[in-house]
Amino acid sequence: MSDRLDPTLALASGPPEESRRVPTVLAGLALLFMAVFLFGVFPFNHPSVLVAAIGLLASAAVLADRPSGDAMSGSRLGKSLVFGGLALGLLALLGLWRIVPDWILLTVSTGAVCAGTIILARARYGSGPAGIRNHGVYNTPMLRRGGAAWIAAVVLTGFYVLLYWFPQSLEGLIRTMDPVSYTIRGAAADQWFMYGTLYSLAVLVMGIRALYRYRHDRYQRWRTVSVILAQGVLAYLIPQILVAFNEPEFYFSYFWPLKPEYLWPGDFGNGWIWDHPGRLGRFMVIWGAVMAFVAVPILTYFFGKRWYCSWVCGCGCLAETAGDPYRHLADSSVRSWQIERWMIHGVLVLVTIGTVVLWVNSAMEGGLLGSFSGGFARVYGFVFGSVWAGVIGVGFYPLMGARVWCRFGCPQAAILGLIQRFFSRFRITTNGGQCISCGNCTTYCEMGIDVRWYAQRGQNIVRASCVGCGMCASVCPRGVLKLENSKQEGRFNGPVLITSDEVDVMAEDWAASVSWK
Amino acid sequence: MHVVIVGNGITGVTAARFVRKHSDHRITIISGESDFHYARTALMYIYMGDMRYEDTKPYADDFWTRNRINLVRGYASRVDADSREVHLASGEVVRYDRLLLATGSRPNRFGWQGEHALGVQGLYGLEDLAEMENATRDIDSAVVVGGGLVGVEMAEMLSSGGIPVTFLVREEHYMDYLLSTQESELVEAAIRAHGVRLELEAELDLVETDSAGRASGVLLKDGRRMPAQFIGLAVGVRPNTDLASTSGLDTGRGILIDSAFMTSAEGVFAAGDCAEFRSPVAGRKAVEQLWYTGRSHGRQVAAGLLGAPADYAPPLFFNSAKFFDLEYQTYGVVEPVPADGQADRVFSDGARLIRIVYREGDGAVVGVNALGVRLRQNVWSHWIRTGESLDAVLRDFDRSLFDPEFSTRLEVAV
Repeated sequence: MSDRLDPTLALASGPPEESRRVPTVLAGLALLFMAVFLFGVFPFNHPSVLVAAIGLLASAAVLADRPSGDAMSGSRLGKSLVFGGLALGLLALLGLWRIVPDWILLTVSTGAVCAGTIILARARYGSGPAGIRNHGVYNTPMLRRGGAAWIAAVVLTGFYVLLYWFPQSLEGLIRTMDPVSYTIRGAAADQWFMYGTLYSLAVLVMGIRALYRYRHDRYQRWRTVSVILAQGVLAYLIPQILVAFNEPEFYFSYFWPLKPEYLWPGDFGNGWIWDHPGRLGRFMVIWGAVMAFVAVPILTYFFGKRWYCSWVCGCGCLAETAGDPYRHLADSSVRSWQIERWMIHGVLVLVTIGTVVLWVNSAMEGGLLGSFSGGFARVYGFVFGSVWAGVIGVGFYPLMGARVWCRFGCPQAAILGLIQRFFSRFRITTNGGQCISCGNCTTYCEMGIDVRWYAQRGQNIVRASCVGCGMCASVCPRGVLKLENSKQEGRFNGPVLITSDEVDVMAEDWAASVSWK
Repeated sequence: MHVVIVGNGITGVTAARFVRKHSDHRITIISGESDFHYARTALMYIYMGDMRYEDTKPYADDFWTRNRINLVRGYASRVDADSREVHLASGEVVRYDRLLLATGSRPNRFGWQGEHALGVQGLYGLEDLAEMENATRDIDSAVVVGGGLVGVEMAEMLSSGGIPVTFLVREEHYMDYLLSTQESELVEAAIRAHGVRLELEAELDLVETDSAGRASGVLLKDGRRMPAQFIGLAVGVRPNTDLASTSGLDTGRGILIDSAFMTSAEGVFAAGDCAEFRSPVAGRKAVEQLWYTGRSHGRQVAAGLLGAPADYAPPLFFNSAKFFDLEYQTYGVVEPVPADGQADRVFSDGARLIRIVYREGDGAVVGVNALGVRLRQNVWSHWIRTGESLDAVLRDFDRSLFDPEFSTRLEVAV
């Protein structure tokens, strides 16, 4: 018994890989389509090809999160739709676009991929017993930083590079959004409308998947409904409808510091919303200011940062839906926590300085920055809004999880986090000495919080970065964790299992002192 | 002062942490199983692909150096209590001043014919896991024997991999030595919902093997035959006493210890799964083999390792499990059928269940079982310890709920 092969090493090589080559092949095809689209000449640069690439990627991701062993019965229709949608992209490539209008091709192929994804999710998670199904995650290349994941990251990042720096290459794709754009906002589509449409669609489709996947958990269900609506209504329909009414494209779910221009002094950026004709512009500026400086502290005091980060925010909406399969990829080492704190608070300091500089500059009528005034604002918006949040935030989903931006770069998360850490009723309560140290919570924390470190000490989790997605409580096989908003007293309960010789001795004091709800 | 601990499971590691917390003693942990402490409770998640081995380590690898806990990889083969030395299989000798044996346990085998065939095994440690991964590759069907917690875990592991599983339980109902019939039936439904073929009152007679010495099926005592290329044995565990007995320590079922965890040899303690109390605390077993009791032992044996042996004072009994998707918690003393002078109240909506056991005279609660409902340990410990009355408990029941926000509440009518 003692002279056996080191089992630790045997296990480190991973469990047997089942036939999961399909996602890898699909992701590879996506890369190929992307390359064809990028470097292809007419007619190979047809937008359907790009949609097909993105669809391939989505279907690779959907196929990849198959819980091992689950029968795929009833999912044939789903698969057919997904592949049918992709085939349409191919047909478009082969000249179908000459016969059928672009927008029909695109609507049908996108629609087929979306419908197929939903049908697959329903077959996978919507039938049979409900419960947490993370089986096979680490046997799947797409989900464990295998070849497919790297390809997916390249394709996604490539898409963002095109979107930000070479939007003209997406012209065909943008034009096909015209019918939708004219319907909603009465104007031709631009690259951001195209992006917003795809983004909201991803949140909707993968949100429906999440609803099936977590159907046993009412917290997850309500939260998922919230993110679908927040993205679809607050961050998509309302801003576009405002455009239709000749009002500023205003997002009620963003404010300073994520949308610094909402507070910008009048002479920077694209004019000041305040100066917009009519009363709506003034309402928007007041709304933004009230949200940023009054609502944020109050709501965060009562509910923690989750009211925003995992219920409302657009980045959170995508992370909680399209990013759901990648939660376990967040690094939970102490080192990444250190990097995270320096970066996110560094960003907050920069943003605050930037804002102050611009206001002072404005008060001095440009005397501080001179001709650089407008450039400063644009660089600021571009670096933080676009490059960070998009390219790295979403492009790295398959490699570092869906919350890279939220952990390391978001100034709004930094503010909410500071309030949550020091001035909030929110905490994740640990249920006495029930933790069995298994590590599901830490593994599936998308923010890379080592939840188990606290839970196994019997300590409540009060961390600035926690977005309150509730997944630790969902995956815990012993029901050890509970998200709570309760009185601040007893919030930092100390490591019970460490400092006290006996958890129940502590329990006496606790039960006697706590005032229930 | 050099404290040496044999075994890096939850007992050994907890003891080491408490010794470090309260002293500057040199601490060495010897383990033959793994370089670092990992959560045995998570073995099933490695198999199912929910986690990697490295995710099951509760402490980062540098935790041990930072806390000056020396880790030695090797099997202890003999203890020389007179010269205070541990001899490793490699020939290495480790001197100690105080020694803790936390050698754990291993799966039971009851002398069935064919029980050592290829593909027949229990599940306790990493070696078992690696073996199971190999043995269950490309098989058509599997059998799990034994109606306890590990049996359900093995059934879940196998069925998650798409392997048809037959689960043989000797008792009339699953775990009927702990659960009421109604509770057992809920658990049985949860198991069957996952397509596991649960056979109650089914006892293994022998394991059939093929010409290559591989398991090919089982024969039950009632004469039924079932083909299976993997047979999981989950019929309890027994203490690892080899090291203690070859070293001349007193052993019975386990390594015999007094109420302060001291073995028959001076300066040598034993705790956790491997230990057997000569005179157990009232209401507790002589051999306690739960993960939670292992942690509790580890915390309390640390006093002895620090030079101030203290009698074992177990916390209020509690345990938890998950039967596929159905969570289970128990606090206090809950018998399948209330003992004389006790009664129980059951609240169930068909999918979840709460059973509160109380004294008939004064109505004081003595224990609770929960299936599909999460309860606060602190609140229930307090209620049971102080003998809160059933009426008061039912009135305040919501205070003890630990279910996630927005959960529907199980009605407990007063």
